[in-house]
Amino acid sequence: MLNVRWGYLALFVFLVLVQVLVLNNIHLGGYMNPQLYVFLVLLLPLNIPGLLLLSVAFVLGLIIDMFSDSLAIHAGATVFMAFCRPTVIRLVTGQFVAEDPERPSFSSFGTFSMIFYVIALVLAHHAVLFFLEVFRFSEVPHTLIRILLNTGFTALFVLLAFIFSDRPAGKKAR
Amino acid sequence: MRNLYRFILKYQFFFLFLFLEAVAIMLVFQHQQYQRTFYLHSANAISGRLLHMSNGVTSFLLLRQANRQLVEENTLLLNRQMENFMITDQQQFVARDSLYQARYTYQHARVINNSVTRRNNYMTLNKGSRHGIAPDMGVLLTNGVAGIVKDVTKNFSSVMSLLHSDMQLSVMLKRNGHIGSLRWEGRDYRLASVEYIPAHASLHLGDTIVTSGYSTIFPPGIFIGTLTDWEVRRGETFITATVELALDFNKLSYVYLVNNLMKEEQDGLELPLHSN
Repeated sequence: MLNVRWGYLALFVFLVLVQVLVLNNIHLGGYMNPQLYVFLVLLLPLNIPGLLLLSVAFVLGLIIDMFSDSLAIHAGATVFMAFCRPTVIRLVTGQFVAEDPERPSFSSFGTFSMIFYVIALVLAHHAVLFFLEVFRFSEVPHTLIRILLNTGFTALFVLLAFIFSDRPAGKKAR
Repeated sequence: MRNLYRFILKYQFFFLFLFLEAVAIMLVFQHQQYQRTFYLHSANAISGRLLHMSNGVTSFLLLRQANRQLVEENTLLLNRQMENFMITDQQQFVARDSLYQARYTYQHARVINNSVTRRNNYMTLNKGSRHGIAPDMGVLLTNGVAGIVKDVTKNFSSVMSLLHSDMQLSVMLKRNGHIGSLRWEGRDYRLASVEYIPAHASLHLGDTIVTSGYSTIFPPGIFIGTLTDWEVRRGETFITATVELALDFNKLSYVYLVNNLMKEEQDGLELPLHSN
């Protein structure tokens, strides 16, 4: 258990560094910018207490904000996403939770459910993120396009991260 | 009381969500006010230092371009040196202190964090209050305005980029002196639009846009960009035109900070009028 916790802490630091130093400098086609750091919130164990989930999301978002001069829009978006997470998980797994899977993964959810899970939560995150950022209603169509494009881009990164993290982390857990 | 307590405990997940979201939104709204007092920007100690380190690497990659730019600017300055001019009429160069009073002073800084993808972009410079940077100083290059200093810490300063929804810049058509207002629409970081050009102004493709000097922050005549597109609608009193910015915001490495020594005097004169 302790090992798992350190693992998450290391991942936290790693994701913040990758986001701030590398991904924030990527902008495809002018304004597409992957927000890979949400991967951490998606990866947290299924049985994590709700309060801890929200707190981790808030702190993570706030640190990203600190580095990208965006006040607290990432914090707001990540907290909203964490708030939606239990509902989406219930939606995806149905009433019964498969044999207590430790954390969301392709093997515990199934491919289709996993893709839905990632896209739904990334969309929730980006919707709040971009509307908080713009905060005016005159630019709604433009903002919607940004949300959709960026959701696709981020979801792609996150799904890739899930594919790569599936095997080694599974070994560690056993 | 006990029931209330139990109620809150039962829905603790929802209440904590409401609380955290409220905090986040409050922090976002603080930005609406002019100065950000909270230490949530990239100019604070930890993030400032980290970005500084990362910039050490990226600025190395931009050296070739930075050098070229410096050489170009040096050439420009050399051409303006006094020794290059033959004095034809002695009386033209009589210097009298009461005539020449310094108005703008410049210093340089390095951009250690910058963005162009968001709707509201900021950048961070590696100089702060220790080097004499103060809020409301202008940030520019010879080929364009980059932003306005918003916040300073001891060693760093945080700059509101020209690519920001709250940023408006008074500009002028160099050819005929018509005034407009430059604003970034949030799409392409190479394009901005100039609003409130009077409809009778004659525009040509490639007209030069410069700063008007009406603001107390930027000196007049700084090159901003060239006109690429506009539309004249029947019955409207103003034209909105598109400008291609000469400054490439994606490749900023060194910038100049301009300090208007007479800003306070001018503001002191103008602000009481605006508030009435």
